Amino acid sequence: MATPAQVENLRKIAKGIRINILKMLNTAGSGHTGGSLSSVEIMTSLFFSEMRYRANDPCWEGRDHFILSKGHAAPVLYATLAQAEFFAAAELSQLRKLGRSLQGHPSCVSTPGVEVSTGSLGQGLSMALGLALAVRLDQKPSRVYALCGDGEMQEGQIWEAAMAAAHYGVDNLCAIVDNNGLQIDGPVAKIMGIEPLWKKWEDFGWGVQRIDGHNLEEILDALATARQIRGRPAVIIAKTVKGKGVSFFENKVEYHGVAPSAGELKRALKELEG
Amino acid sequence: MNSLKMTPKIVREDCLEKPDPQALRDAYGSTLVKLGEKDRNVVVLDADLSSSTRTSMFAAKFPDRFFNMGLAEQNMMGTAAGLAKGGKIPFASTFAIFASGRAWEQIRQSIAYSRLNVKIVATHGGITVGEDGPSHQTAEDLAIMRVIPGMTLIVPADAVETGQAVEAAYRHQGPVFMRLTRGKFPTVFTEDYEFQIGKGTVVNEGEDLTIFACGLMVYHALQAAKILSEKGISARVVNLSTLKPLDRELIVESAKKTRAVVTAEEHSIIGGLGSAVTEVLSTAFPVPVEMIGVKDSFGTSGQAEELLKYFELEPGDLARAGLRAVERKS
Ligand SMILES: Cc1ncc(C[n+]2csc(CCOP(=O)(O)OP(=O)(O)O)c2C)c(N)n1
Ligand SMILES: [Mg+2]
Repeated sequence: MATPAQVENLRKIAKGIRINILKMLNTAGSGHTGGSLSSVEIMTSLFFSEMRYRANDPCWEGRDHFILSKGHAAPVLYATLAQAEFFAAAELSQLRKLGRSLQGHPSCVSTPGVEVSTGSLGQGLSMALGLALAVRLDQKPSRVYALCGDGEMQEGQIWEAAMAAAHYGVDNLCAIVDNNGLQIDGPVAKIMGIEPLWKKWEDFGWGVQRIDGHNLEEILDALATARQIRGRPAVIIAKTVKGKGVSFFENKVEYHGVAPSAGELKRALKELEG
Repeated sequence: MNSLKMTPKIVREDCLEKPDPQALRDAYGSTLVKLGEKDRNVVVLDADLSSSTRTSMFAAKFPDRFFNMGLAEQNMMGTAAGLAKGGKIPFASTFAIFASGRAWEQIRQSIAYSRLNVKIVATHGGITVGEDGPSHQTAEDLAIMRVIPGMTLIVPADAVETGQAVEAAYRHQGPVFMRLTRGKFPTVFTEDYEFQIGKGTVVNEGEDLTIFACGLMVYHALQAAKILSEKGISARVVNLSTLKPLDRELIVESAKKTRAVVTAEEHSIIGGLGSAVTEVLSTAFPVPVEMIGVKDSFGTSGQAEELLKYFELEPGDLARAGLRAVERKS
């Protein structure tokens, strides 16, 4: 159990990450706002409480692994990696710029701390499964985390991976679904319904937990519980709000892939910084 | 004996007179077992075709390092990528059409773009798959693999080269796609042959024409060279088993020497070996080129031998193309 002080510290980190996401997106002039903001607490919990890694040695043997399967949320990954000091925070202002390290979607060949390249939805979970199998073959204690979108659940490959991970009983694998209810063209339920999502995962043989994806205590608890699940993979379905933290971005489908303007940034920072 | 100038030592002297057909996929299976014995990091994945691809040989020996992913090629490639990220050397196998086609984007994104060390060894390439017909044949795989940046693309000519190429792929750091076939190919090479990624091999020396070939067409090219020699034309035959990275030097040197070229492949004339060679020659040293391959069409059911005739991939077809190319020399 995290102490109140630890949770308070995480809350501060999450706020900083949110601010950096907005700033970097505004500077870049394009990128994915809504789905970055909805994942902030999940990413904060993973990188500043749950996972073991060494920022100065990103390929450290003993590390836990993270794959951003919903690669378009690159800004939240970059802001988190910068906060964790995988690279200098100043680089965040170079998002999406020619010749710089922060590609529009995560690239393991150009960014320290990014373990595999993603951006084409549906592929990250399979890679996480492969990593989990490799780790298990080597009898390492490392765990593997993959963060997926709820629209991403429509990809067939997700369910291929779900079936295979349960078949091979990889209990060092934990998937997290950012269940913000929106995708590009509208609400997930309207575009292509995925419910009952928890039941699908359960039927595929996973240990399922359902939580509030902005409640740090709940996330930390769920990650701890996932660690205890034996013989099958774990999935955490995290109910979230797309655009979380900025009132005029929240639950707005049109802010999926639009960066904040200068005026929006100003108003957003006012809301966040109080 | 024939009047050819086959490269001594590395080419079986009597390969035309005494064909010795061997299955490439058997060589793959047994080489995998060898690699598995010497390196615990070698792991193998298959998609419910392990008895056909011969990964079953590895599975029987090393069940803990074999992952049958079921009928799910996309997930198989992604899982292979993850295994490579975790320090393993995964070999992933299924039929060539499913490996290259169904999972193309997984190969591009999860494997090649991430520069992960995955070896895709696809069997049942080309049209000699035979009776199963167009759904299981592929004349497109080399085109769509060749276009992926950083991909190493290998099409061995026989079982000897296959065994060596599998070992070379294992030693190579980076993604590899290797295309094998269902049927048996006459063995061209002796055990003295040394396969090297990116290196073509002159298997027969000649002055009037060069035939660049891969896979089964290497043997057909030797047969074509024999036909041509009876007409007084001497043909250099080059085994271009690595389609990528291409042996540009050997291609240009051969064109300069012989000034006429035939390309031959069990693949569409669009995007494969012929395209690769002409991409080089059209800018570096243009000479008349005739292309032997599947002419922009799907396959069809039939026996392998019948299909080679039907698609005009027989030695006689290569020889006729050779005559046309020589005729076009100015
Ligand atoms: C294979 C693939 N198809 C389409 C896209 C374009 N795309 C980017 S984000 C997105 C919607 C994703 O929705 P969701 O998974 O719910 O993400 P989130 O709401 O968390 O941003 C789409 C269709 C893509 N990146 N990959
Ligand atoms: Mg969503």
